[in-house]
Amino acid sequence: MPLTLERRMEPSRTANLLVPILSIVLALAAGGVLLWLAGVNPIETYRAMLHGAFGSAYAISETLVRATPLMLTGLAVSVAFRMLFWNIGAEGQLAMGAFAASGVALFLPKLMPGISAWLLLPLMLVGGFLGGALWALIPAMLKAFLSVNEIITTLMLNYVAILWIQYLYYGPWKDPLGFGFPGTAPFVDAAWLPRLKDTAWLPQLFNTGRLHWGLALAIVAAIVVWLILDRTRWGYEIKIIGENSRAARYAGISIVRNILLVMILSGGLAGLAGFVQVAGISHRLQQGIAVGDGYTAIIIAWLARLNPFGVLVVALLMAALFVGGDQIQISMGLPAAVAGVLQGAILFCVLGGNFFTLYRVRWTSRRAVAQTEVTG
Amino acid sequence: MTSPPLAVEMRGITKVFPGVIANENVDLEVRAGEIHALLGENGAGKSTLMNILAGLYRQDAGEIRLHGQLAQLHSPSDAIRLGVGMVHQHFKLVDSQTVAENVILGLKRPAFRLDMKRTAREIEELGARYKLAVDPGAYIWQLGVGEQQRVEILKTLYRNADILILDEPTAVLTPQESEELGQTLRRMIQEPATRGHAGNKAVIFITHKLDEVVRFSDRVTVLRGGKVEATIDTAGSSKADLARLMVGRTVVFQVEKPPFQPHVTPEQRQEVLFAVKDLHALNDKGLPALNGVSLEVHAGEILGIAGVAGNGQRELAQSITGLRKVNKGQVLVRCGGIQGKLKEVTNHTPHQIIDDGLSYVPANRLGTGLAGNLPISANLILKDYRKEPLSHGPFLDRTSIGRFAERLIGAFQITTPSAERPVRLLSGGNLQKVILAREITAGKAMLVAVNPTRGLDVGATESVQRTLLEQRAQGAGVLLVSEDLDELLAICDRIAVMYEGRVMGVMPAQDANRDELGLMMAGEHIQPEA
Ligand SMILES: Nc1ncnc2c1ncn2[C@@H]1O[C@H](COP(=O)(O)OP(=O)(O)OP(=O)(O)O)[C@@H](O)[C@H]1O
Ligand SMILES: [Mg+2]
Repeated sequence: MPLTLERRMEPSRTANLLVPILSIVLALAAGGVLLWLAGVNPIETYRAMLHGAFGSAYAISETLVRATPLMLTGLAVSVAFRMLFWNIGAEGQLAMGAFAASGVALFLPKLMPGISAWLLLPLMLVGGFLGGALWALIPAMLKAFLSVNEIITTLMLNYVAILWIQYLYYGPWKDPLGFGFPGTAPFVDAAWLPRLKDTAWLPQLFNTGRLHWGLALAIVAAIVVWLILDRTRWGYEIKIIGENSRAARYAGISIVRNILLVMILSGGLAGLAGFVQVAGISHRLQQGIAVGDGYTAIIIAWLARLNPFGVLVVALLMAALFVGGDQIQISMGLPAAVAGVLQGAILFCVLGGNFFTLYRVRWTSRRAVAQTEVTG
Repeated sequence: MTSPPLAVEMRGITKVFPGVIANENVDLEVRAGEIHALLGENGAGKSTLMNILAGLYRQDAGEIRLHGQLAQLHSPSDAIRLGVGMVHQHFKLVDSQTVAENVILGLKRPAFRLDMKRTAREIEELGARYKLAVDPGAYIWQLGVGEQQRVEILKTLYRNADILILDEPTAVLTPQESEELGQTLRRMIQEPATRGHAGNKAVIFITHKLDEVVRFSDRVTVLRGGKVEATIDTAGSSKADLARLMVGRTVVFQVEKPPFQPHVTPEQRQEVLFAVKDLHALNDKGLPALNGVSLEVHAGEILGIAGVAGNGQRELAQSITGLRKVNKGQVLVRCGGIQGKLKEVTNHTPHQIIDDGLSYVPANRLGTGLAGNLPISANLILKDYRKEPLSHGPFLDRTSIGRFAERLIGAFQITTPSAERPVRLLSGGNLQKVILAREITAGKAMLVAVNPTRGLDVGATESVQRTLLEQRAQGAGVLLVSEDLDELLAICDRIAVMYEGRVMGVMPAQDANRDELGLMMAGEHIQPEA
């Protein structure tokens, strides 16, 4: 085999810069070939995608709407990963956050008729956070006290959470007036996250679209996460544990306590994603809340190298890819599968490119290989 | 007589890391059939130079010839192919695999079917030939450091190395083990090189122990600040000569131990600062490691623990610092220094014990003592980040942290261009200094230190020993675990010998002699425990 892979001993700075750029170029080229095979003009399709994601105020607003839950779940996953706690369960934590926020939105107004949005929304937010946090606490405790592998538990609990909310909106919480539509009754108005276009004091950049205050929540969350990681003792402890848990123990840092606390934060952030989806978009608990953002979050976290602000940027690009992909189905009349394949090709190249910052490929001549003799 | 052919010829080697010139225009010639020692202060660039020869780093300038042939070393596998084998300063073995699995790890030959039986047999044969006995079926985690090192050497021999590089191989070995290693190396250089090269195998070894240089090596190259200071024949040069070449000044080998402690009154000297009573604990494998150890460390005293590695010293240190469960017995610590009260801290958390003022220099620096990818500053505050002024409530104070780090880097002469570099980029000796700086800064009254001078150059060793003595003069109590008898004899007040988890005896350092200590280390009772 004349091609060999070698781990880079010193991370290459050129590779760090060049690889992401090259992989995006490659991704576009590979996607272009696919599109060409599907019988459409690649350049035009890319233009349509870009236009679909950023071409108008409405498009930008849709992209930001799509990005918001990705930002929150991306942050959720990246704090846990910082400590090498493999939380694959953001999807389930998002579902439980949506469940808890919906519970508050549906039942509190019945107890307190006429409750104001200033009270109801914060309570829903807290509910969403706690829903995700408590759900995340289950695998955290299993790991902290019984050393149960968290990859398995967090993943399995996703199915439980998703089936649980399905049970609710198909069963006990189903809207009796909903003509059999799977979902709860719509929330009262006070439980709707205001849209930016309805916020009078804002300059009218967004006089259209569904963009809501959840985006601000995601940005604040990123700042808070950054502050925690960079400026607090707690963040310092998380980093030490992530780097070397033995050194952490030696320094008197409690690993059990940190697993629990970090998962409360991580699950809570994912729960907030559930909250913004029900309070900002669907205004009820229904099908289409848990659409894989908890898994996409893992890719986002890695591409952002676990940096909170990086998560915001990568989530935005990912959302653009999704929204743009949806748009070309409409504007170019492409089948949904083509958009999906294109998204896949782009992700594949970008993730694959990451590999080359760590490894390099080298051409070894046959002669040299023949010399490789090892004897006992 | 013509001189033997050259096995290694490095010419004009330069290697620059961001902010550091690790090697500058270095020439190194190693003859076939010689043991060549590489000497230099911490951070002088020894490991870097050898990593270049082993294909781990690529030089920025200069060329390498192996057995007269120009060699392009792009990767460790290139170097292995050309017969260069290296045993690194920090071993690179897989803990959860067996010796045999580690030896064949990374080899291309057994494509799909592994014949482990044959491999095991080959390893045993090699071991017998070079007197490097290890059980091929044993797991790495079951082995002591000395054995692990044998595995590393066997690994290179199995790959048929003609040029063997050892980076501080004896830092972790007992004197006996070092002696055996020396014999093994002597045997190696009597073997002809393979691959059709002229002459015998060659060995390059890095060490800070000048005795070994004088005893084992044929020639020495001394590096200073990344440049070659000199290459000389070992025969005819003394330890003092070598030290002068290394440091550029005359070095005192014996630090002066003041007999009395000016700041400590005789009454205070009677005070026990920390103690263990009838301590029992298990080792990692679940076997008894401590079988009733009782010791007391007084104010203004350095109590040495001598013993062959693996007789419970590590477990003793861990039990005292809360990192290992104590099954029976007591750990007592005087909180708040000399004026404080002695209280029981058995099985308290490491955090509580740190708060009680006990510092700890662990044996395994990158494994336990440091977080490699984090900056030097983050590692320096590891024990103090909870305190003012480094943090206020939940928040870290980055300005104070920066100042704190700069102060320690200056005080301990840690060679680095900045406090914000990942600590793993430091040279081996500077890693050790980071831990020491953190653990023996002023105001720490109680210290447990395991091999604190391991891997330090003569100058740094001297300054650490001096620091320990200064702490003692301030009334601190130190428990010093060391495999280096000379060090123990030089700076301890009393020396206890451990054997199979027991204390064989405690004696005042001025009455102790090497022979008696040696007998006790081998398990003989000289004097009943006081
Ligand atoms: N991978 C690296 N990246 C950046 N700097 C490095 C790297 N490796 C070594 N250095 C720097 O190069 C210098 C020489 O280091 P080297 O490890 O060669 O020293 P050494 O002579 O082996 O010292 P010691 O006796 O302490 O092991 C040091 O200042 C070190 O910080
Ligand atoms: Mg070194």
